[in-house]
Amino acid sequence: MILQYLGDGLVQGAMIGLGAVGLTLTYAVLRFANFAHGELLTIGAYAALSVLWLVVPWLGTAALAPFSFGWALIVALPAALAVTCATALLLDRLVLARLRAGAAAMTVVIASFGAALVLRHLVVVLYGPQPDYYTRAIQVALPLVPREVLGGLRLAPEQILVVLVTLGVATALHLVLTRTDTGRAMRALAENPQLAAIAGIDARTVVRRVWLIGAGLAGLAGVLQGLTVQVRPQLGFDLLLPVFAAAILGGIGSPPGALAGGLIVGIAESLAVPLAGAEYRQAVSFVVLILVLLLRPHGLFGRAP
Amino acid sequence: MAGGLDYLVFFAVVALTFSLHTLGLNLQWGLTGLFNVGIAGFAAIGAYASALLTGPDWPGSLGGLGLPVAIGWTGAMLASGVAALAVGALTLRLRQDHLAIATFGVAVVIQLLAQNLEPLTGGAFGLASLPRPLAGLELGSSARNALFLLILAGLVLLAWAALARLTAGPWGRVLRAIREDETAAAALGKSPFRHRLEAFVIGAALMGLGGAVYAHFIGFVAPQDFQAILTFQVWAMLIVGGSGSHAGAILGGILVWAVWTASGTLLDLVLPATFQVRGAALQIVLIGLALIAILLWRPQGLIAERPGGRPRRGER
Repeated sequence: MILQYLGDGLVQGAMIGLGAVGLTLTYAVLRFANFAHGELLTIGAYAALSVLWLVVPWLGTAALAPFSFGWALIVALPAALAVTCATALLLDRLVLARLRAGAAAMTVVIASFGAALVLRHLVVVLYGPQPDYYTRAIQVALPLVPREVLGGLRLAPEQILVVLVTLGVATALHLVLTRTDTGRAMRALAENPQLAAIAGIDARTVVRRVWLIGAGLAGLAGVLQGLTVQVRPQLGFDLLLPVFAAAILGGIGSPPGALAGGLIVGIAESLAVPLAGAEYRQAVSFVVLILVLLLRPHGLFGRAP
Repeated sequence: MAGGLDYLVFFAVVALTFSLHTLGLNLQWGLTGLFNVGIAGFAAIGAYASALLTGPDWPGSLGGLGLPVAIGWTGAMLASGVAALAVGALTLRLRQDHLAIATFGVAVVIQLLAQNLEPLTGGAFGLASLPRPLAGLELGSSARNALFLLILAGLVLLAWAALARLTAGPWGRVLRAIREDETAAAALGKSPFRHRLEAFVIGAALMGLGGAVYAHFIGFVAPQDFQAILTFQVWAMLIVGGSGSHAGAILGGILVWAVWTASGTLLDLVLPATFQVRGAALQIVLIGLALIAILLWRPQGLIAERPGGRPRRGER
């Protein structure tokens, strides 16, 4: 069974990693832990659900083999990402940016905690507390490794897609951050805001792009979570601790670190299931978090202050 | 009329248990600048610790020890304090936000344990039949609640007086100095880490006491009473009342709880029964928006920190 636990952990870890990459960027550039980041995942998942309801009458529910979803979800994805990005920009414009500029820096963290609660319960008000699904079609797991080898491995095509999409997006992001002016400006702003300003970097533009990337990745993670698990109001809140643990494990400000952190947390959670039971999954992230803070507080890829 | 008075006593007891939480958070955040997002976790630790110390022998679980309530409440403060000591020792040397994330983790894990560690916590149903203090007296239910209110009011006054004395003296001055300028305080030979840890532990102990008092008042302890919403309520109370002021913390607790119960009752009356779950969510949305508005436009709250503390940024 070990191979199956590793495979399931890899899939979940990829989604945690996507969330953590966005979080680590906003944490490094904007200098605060955004407790509303989990809700960006939830909003992405629900925005896709709403668009899906709108477009299914035109596009139908016919699935694209071997997947359980059809064109409708592919159309819904970019719309969902746009909604997530718009939410993040609006939240920043109306609340977070004002607090960052004015009051004691830490009030922005309370504001993000409050905003998270507001958004999470707004979802309940609009959609109700029950879980939803993008498609009622059954996701059939493909046998990838026969049962004789370490218990075998079966993954649904959607789960394989999650891993591939995550790797593709992470590679593209890495290129953007290391090879383009935007990426260099982000790193400069994270490193030293005063010096970046002197060098002629427009902080507002960079901050906007950081939110777009962070929220876009969060929205994507939310849609993938909705596709492979289910869409529910607690979706993002339940992933917040794993996402924080992954970002800190990877080292704040390191996107590759956050992705690696996500995979490690996901696999650790999965391996803990046969030992401690599925109900203690989230406690694993806490243990990871405590171990990192104890042994290597700047994370695997972060630099010591 | 008696019904109205009974309700007022009930309301006051719950509001004052919140005041214990807000006094604790005021010491941590208002005076020391420590960000605790795990209030619900520390309150739960206190509530369960006291339940296990004082409770009867529940069938199918490890059971309570049947000790007096005073010992339960002392144990509650100790248990939450020790948990805070562990978390604080680990995170208070690191960047500020790490404490926030770690306390958030504490709240999540405590919630998981409360839900799932059934032999100890009774799982989702929790632990029932917790004793009241002075349970030996033969009293009617109104009188029992009034007695409880008296004891609780005494505790809140005691906590207030002790905190006022502590924070007006040299210890409090060091806390404020650290909050304003850590480097300068350290240069004067004060250990920021030790003072922060002390403030964090004392604050968490008060939260543990608040959790325990509430559990003994309603007679049981269950996981659903210690969710993120509790943390949020306490923050709202402190910010509304005025972060940095003990009187503001107590007042904020009473005021926000009044608004909370009133708006809840109103929504219950207005909304049809089928909409109750969404109505409760709507209430949180509205109060959350109000809290954010206060943060933006009146960050010093109703009662600003007294001069001698710093002028808040928002006042300049």
